[in-house]
Amino acid sequence: MDLKYPERAARFADEVRAFVRKELPAEIRDKVQRRQKITPEDQRTWQRKLCDKGWACPSWPKEYGGPGFDVMERMIFDNICSEEGAPSALPFGELMISPVLFAVGSPEQKAQLLPKIRTLEYWFCQGFSEPGSGSDLASLRTRAVQDGDDWVINGQKMWTSGAHNANWIFMLVRTNTEVKQQEGISMFVFPMSTPGITVRPIVTMDGEHHTNETFFDNVRVPKTALIGEVNKGWTYAKLLLGHERTSIARIGQSKRELRRLKALASEINITGAPLMDHTPFRDRVAAVEIELLALEITALRAIAKGGSPGVEANLLKVKGSEIQQKLTELFMDAAGPYGLPFDPDRGLHDGNEPIGFDEAASLGPNYLMTRVVTIYGGSNEIQRNIVSKTLGL
Amino acid sequence: MDFTLTETQSLLKDTAERLVREKYTFDERKKIVAADESYSKALWDEFASLGLLGVEIDEDCGGIGGSFADLAIVLEAFGRGLVVEPYLSTVVIGVGLINTADKGDRRKDLLTQVAAGTLTLALAHGEPKSRYSLEHVETRARKDGGDYVINGAKAVVIGGDSADKLIVSARTDGNATDRNGVTLFLVDGNAAGIHKRAYRNMDDRGAAEITFENVRVPESAVLGPVGGALPLIEAANDRGAAALCCEAAGAMKAVNEITLEYLKTRNQFGRPIGKFQVLQHRMADMAMAEEQARSMVYLAVDFANEPDAAERAQAISAAKVQISHSGQIVGRGAVQLHGGIGMTIELVVGHYMRRLTSIEKMFGDIDWHIGRFAAA
Repeated sequence: MDLKYPERAARFADEVRAFVRKELPAEIRDKVQRRQKITPEDQRTWQRKLCDKGWACPSWPKEYGGPGFDVMERMIFDNICSEEGAPSALPFGELMISPVLFAVGSPEQKAQLLPKIRTLEYWFCQGFSEPGSGSDLASLRTRAVQDGDDWVINGQKMWTSGAHNANWIFMLVRTNTEVKQQEGISMFVFPMSTPGITVRPIVTMDGEHHTNETFFDNVRVPKTALIGEVNKGWTYAKLLLGHERTSIARIGQSKRELRRLKALASEINITGAPLMDHTPFRDRVAAVEIELLALEITALRAIAKGGSPGVEANLLKVKGSEIQQKLTELFMDAAGPYGLPFDPDRGLHDGNEPIGFDEAASLGPNYLMTRVVTIYGGSNEIQRNIVSKTLGL
Repeated sequence: MDFTLTETQSLLKDTAERLVREKYTFDERKKIVAADESYSKALWDEFASLGLLGVEIDEDCGGIGGSFADLAIVLEAFGRGLVVEPYLSTVVIGVGLINTADKGDRRKDLLTQVAAGTLTLALAHGEPKSRYSLEHVETRARKDGGDYVINGAKAVVIGGDSADKLIVSARTDGNATDRNGVTLFLVDGNAAGIHKRAYRNMDDRGAAEITFENVRVPESAVLGPVGGALPLIEAANDRGAAALCCEAAGAMKAVNEITLEYLKTRNQFGRPIGKFQVLQHRMADMAMAEEQARSMVYLAVDFANEPDAAERAQAISAAKVQISHSGQIVGRGAVQLHGGIGMTIELVVGHYMRRLTSIEKMFGDIDWHIGRFAAA
């Protein structure tokens, strides 16, 4: 069953689907569908195709080089791209720092950064969390001190995902220690090539290097690196995180995974019949499918409301992440004994025949790595705290 | 159901726990896992010298002539240590099969070697299409004069990458899913015609895909009755599941302790995160899950060697289902409560989740056991 979109929307969906099928290199699509590692070059290849078509940064208005999609088009675009196996947009540049730049960036910052974020020439990472500041982000201690026309930054950031591929960073730093925590934080953007930055890999339990810890040792940046006003960084961070939470619902990706789960479970036999016909399994798949349908409509309603994302963002993050995890659990159930053989490369660098079945190698690592989605972007516990606050509790 | 420890069990507990505490630290384990060999032969020798390989082996074969309840003590300690040595495949499955199916000089010889640490075993039974169905055997053993010739493929053979001898199930009669016609053969791990694709499982235990191409064995390689091995395989599978329940109990206890300590020492918002009610409730759920699992360990231990197959099946399935559900709550909960740091490979917490997930998927998953329990 598909949702009933207006006819105009259905035509647009067909157009997007035809574009992705024509332009997305099969090799990249296969990697996405097999949950394998997408290289920076893969990402740039797809971004070039989107730029040529005028569809890069689909959330952006026309004035900044985006396609200026309306809410329906944007939702459809994201879903169809994910369903068809296009790499997800990197959130840091397009979805996180850009809305802040739209709102409070200087004309020079907009002119310098936005066109190159659009082409992925500027590849951003995020410096928010610290060893002592996870859920309690406002307690962050990385310091920026003014020195003439410059700021000098010292400290350490955790979970700087993709920092090893990034050439720019946006980060939160403490610029005033005398005031309430939230009122002494500023936001900066600058190149990762700035002297004094050290990136150290963190390997996660799936055996892969996704994320890092990043050290700042007397990193000197010009005053033009400051975003908006000094000590207003917390406000900007909230705006930015609202956009992150909307994007990490990953509805299109979950739809793609659901479809693949059903396909896989139709091929796997259990005591002579397809697993997909095995009642307990089938019903668990159906339960997730229903949750996902509800979430898709919730997302549509949130977008239709317009304005910056409110409490819907928290809801989308919580439910979207839980659905992603349930899908990986169902994949593990489908794999059975073939969920056990463990290959951190997810079958990518292995010239041999797959162990078990084609995509089995990615299911274990993906199951493990997907535990992070209820932790990152503000843990689901924190999201629920925010939801209950908006209820007046 | 006996909730107290015998003198032997207290001794075993001290021995196994000290071994894990002193020789199987997380740092030592990292070295073992990083090596080319899938387990430490030096530690295996130590297991032997401490008597841990001979728990259920008769004294005249160099063992201590103990029960599954004694074995459970060692397994729980090994669950805490996330031990990757082929104890499950050799001491639980291998010894169990030889104890029940073999007799005479060969039995004595095999058990003596296992107790001494000079022989490792693995049951090569599951196949690419069998999933958890124990009667599904497509591998064939064809009679050829005084020999059998084996052809087929075995899947996810735990310990199969390194076992000195494989216990291979093959059809000597019947169709792929007949209950009758399955025979066990004792085959050298490196016999001509055996091809292994070795790998590590999610819990870092060694395993392999193994193909048999015209593997010729003498008639004397048969273990147990010709054509009637399925009940032996079912019993072995139940022993394996029971053993995993014991391992899981040790793993859950350990990771709950670590997580509780983290809740007390990690500060956010100016206080230990364990002061937040939502985290308290998750920790409480994990503690309750551990207790429910431990209760079912007693059931699993009582029925692990039960000769009445129907009784045994129902008890073991009940235990495995509860332990698997508890393992999900504890493993996933431990990672969630640790937050980002729980995701890293440098912290032991994720490795407990990997072990608990693997345990859930071995010797029958939740659906398989719940189906078997309900049908009984």
